[in-house]
Amino acid sequence: MKNSLLSIYEKEATKKVLASLISIAVGLLVGIVVVVIVGLTKETITGQGIWDGVRLIFAGIFSTGRDAAGKLTWGYNPQSWGNMLFRAMPLVMTGLSVAVAYKTGLFNIGAPGQYLMGTLASLMIALGIPSETVPAGLIWVLAFLGGCLAGALWGCIPGLLKAFLNINEVLACIMTNWLAANLVTWAFDASNFKNVVENTKAGYIYKTTFNGVATPKLGLDKIFPGSQVNGGIVVAILIAIAMYILINKTTLGYELKACGSNRHAARYAGINDKRNIVLSMAIAGALSAGGAALYWLSGNTEFYWSTYQSLPATGFNGIPVALLAVNNPIGVVFTAIFMAMLDIVGQQLTGYTAYNEYITDVIISVIVYLSAFSLVIRMLLTSKRKAGATNVNAEPTPEEKSAQEQARQKGGEQA
Amino acid sequence: MQSEYVIEMLNIRKEFPGIVANDNITLQLKAGEIHALLGENGAGKSTLMSVLFGLYQPEAGVIKKNGEVVKIHNPNDATALHIGMVHQHFKLVDVFTVLDNIILGAEDTKMGFLQRKVAREKVQALSEKYKLHVDLDAKVEDITVGMQQRTEILKMLYRDNEILIFDEPTAVLTPQEIDELMEIMRGFAKEGKSILFITHKLNEIMAVADRCTVLRKGRLVGTVNIQDTNQQELSNMMVGRPVQLQVEKDEAKPGDVILDVQGMTVHAKNSKKNAVHDVSFQVRAGEIVCIAGIDGNGQTELVYGLTGLEKTSAGKVTLCGKDISHASVHKRSQAGLSHIPEDRHKHGLVLDDTLENNIVLQSFREPRFQHMGFIKGDAVRSYATKIIEQYDVRSGQGPVTIARSMSGGNQQKAIIGREIDRGCPLLIAVQPTRGLDVGAIEYIHAQLVAQRDAGKAVLLVSLELDEVMNVSDRILVMYEGEIVGELDPKTTTVQELGLYMAGAKRSGKGGTRQ
Repeated sequence: MKNSLLSIYEKEATKKVLASLISIAVGLLVGIVVVVIVGLTKETITGQGIWDGVRLIFAGIFSTGRDAAGKLTWGYNPQSWGNMLFRAMPLVMTGLSVAVAYKTGLFNIGAPGQYLMGTLASLMIALGIPSETVPAGLIWVLAFLGGCLAGALWGCIPGLLKAFLNINEVLACIMTNWLAANLVTWAFDASNFKNVVENTKAGYIYKTTFNGVATPKLGLDKIFPGSQVNGGIVVAILIAIAMYILINKTTLGYELKACGSNRHAARYAGINDKRNIVLSMAIAGALSAGGAALYWLSGNTEFYWSTYQSLPATGFNGIPVALLAVNNPIGVVFTAIFMAMLDIVGQQLTGYTAYNEYITDVIISVIVYLSAFSLVIRMLLTSKRKAGATNVNAEPTPEEKSAQEQARQKGGEQA
Repeated sequence: MQSEYVIEMLNIRKEFPGIVANDNITLQLKAGEIHALLGENGAGKSTLMSVLFGLYQPEAGVIKKNGEVVKIHNPNDATALHIGMVHQHFKLVDVFTVLDNIILGAEDTKMGFLQRKVAREKVQALSEKYKLHVDLDAKVEDITVGMQQRTEILKMLYRDNEILIFDEPTAVLTPQEIDELMEIMRGFAKEGKSILFITHKLNEIMAVADRCTVLRKGRLVGTVNIQDTNQQELSNMMVGRPVQLQVEKDEAKPGDVILDVQGMTVHAKNSKKNAVHDVSFQVRAGEIVCIAGIDGNGQTELVYGLTGLEKTSAGKVTLCGKDISHASVHKRSQAGLSHIPEDRHKHGLVLDDTLENNIVLQSFREPRFQHMGFIKGDAVRSYATKIIEQYDVRSGQGPVTIARSMSGGNQQKAIIGREIDRGCPLLIAVQPTRGLDVGAIEYIHAQLVAQRDAGKAVLLVSLELDEVMNVSDRILVMYEGEIVGELDPKTTTVQELGLYMAGAKRSGKGGTRQ
């Protein structure tokens, strides 16, 4: 029994998951410390208030508000759960975007720009094609695919620059992000999709429901009544599974990974590394943009079109989602839901305590910070197991052997 | 008390996490002797020397100088004890002159000003006394490797070192330069200086050493007098089992021309000169043609040009009657070219991927491994298992082992299995035994000969003279990007080969520019 547990622990995959879990745990701990410190320094927060804050950080998703006596009540809150899934939906997509690019050795910091281009294309199509003549369902599909295509083309730009001119993709991505931000503002400024019906809503674009286009609920509204969730989360999860299959089971995925881990070896094996770099960025762009399309095509949110001074956080948050999931497409689904949960926790803190939602931002940033260090944590996990040195001359068992060989590599060229 | 030994390392033990690099090793160096330290890669030679230099502190054991225990905490302590070392990779400042390199770190100064004149006289005296010819005012980047090594030796002499350590000094030298170095080493020994000579080349040990200490897998096998031993015994001690030193092969029976290269030229990356200039040769089925030469004379670029990794600027390459001069790497591979690359970590393997994925690196597109773009996992697994068994690739977890965790020899076996099993008519093997131990070298040589006997054309690029002489059927010598001679290993000598490698001699054969 102990041995089988140990062999699970020895697996690289287990260490990756453990490293992420440790990042999360430390992040939550820091969150609690902040809650306590803020509570102690702020006169309006009592000891009970601190305790409520701590409990909400851990279990905010189970909060159902306060009862008549002012005590926090707990239970299944379908609205929270539904909203969590709704917020997770675009994060799954941007997380996949970063993860897929990373498999090819590229750091896609261009997700916000691709997300904006997806927003532009999908909203233009969804609002531009009259639903009187074209079925709304078809418009939805066209808008989604059009959004993905726009993102793919946008992602190609840093891909091409990287492949043919060897320009660092991070620089090109940052540049294209701001190009996208200005382009989107300009395009909507010139369009007639600005919401003029509801005067209180200056600066917003019509919801897609204005044209009768909205993502079907697929019965999810029955399970999570009162929430914003819709079929988009199902689409996102299906795409995550498709990406998992693409990366792990296809020749294309094999080529992408080979280029990512060793571009020289890929070239040696006759793999066209330039084509794969462009392709990888195109897929990444399509995923980010697809996330935007799913979000805006929900029909229940409005887009503030004057974005030239800011980039959508959903795009950037794809980076921690992917990092925390160690770039595993299936893992991305879970980490995206977790990130969305922290969002809900923030709302609960604001709604039911004297704290505000920024505390969850602190938690998220600590987790992001630590997830970047997950490699270090993994190394710590590895080195602990290796403390007992053995004589190399004793014929090692197969399991020991590989561990020793790793140590030998790490020990450097001493031998 | 006066000891017989100048330096003694007694019962040294040095551990690294998960590995004992030195286990109870004793090495005793007499005054005025040349003492060889022999062992395969990973036997613990370098660790032992690092302990002597204070780079590592041993867990157990003591170091004695002239019978007295000394503590060596860092390389400065070692220098103070008059221990000097010529590293395998020279520690010279490229843009400094030879003289500046020699005095660097031990400068004579007067009121903060360098006393170059004093230093120059001292170095010149040393240079003349030991016949170590160097050009004191040349920059290191402009001089030959042999002169760089003499600079390193002068560095030790300038510091009045009594104990001289040479770490694989002959790897970068031509046969003539090796002979000169041996002569210099003998001269030092006569003077009473003590020399530690680290190597894995048995003939050099037999030629120059008085005694030899053999290490294997971190342990001391024994110290023997060279007079009482022979090469076979030394190699058996080093490997731990009897080793076939000579490559056994029959007469070659060359058949049709498989590879035909005419006037190939490849531009150099960082200079205006061509890395490969107007090279022409043929390789026939059933023969092993070896490209010999000192490292950096265009061999790497020649192979890049042949395999399509780099574009050629002129010339025609024909493989099995098909013009592949401008074909992509993939097309060439399809046309029947397999390639054991020079750098197995850079080109040969995706180190962070599994062994099985690495085994299909060249063939994953074939229908037997994929259907409609989906990889057939079972087919890959069973093929990898077959290769692993057939080529005796040893690894921790079989097909799913991460390539990085495997030993160099097994990584190379995996690559060789992958390339040979493709059954291509042409096999290009670039330094296939680099950094491998004797056992693995024996195996790889046998595989190359087996390929030849199976009617394949084999192009071997090698820097090791033994390999060149033993394995090949025909030798082409490359010097400064050109083929300067074609030799028959049965009739030529190592000395003659050396003259060609050093550019001192050239013949008209092989498309040489006259």
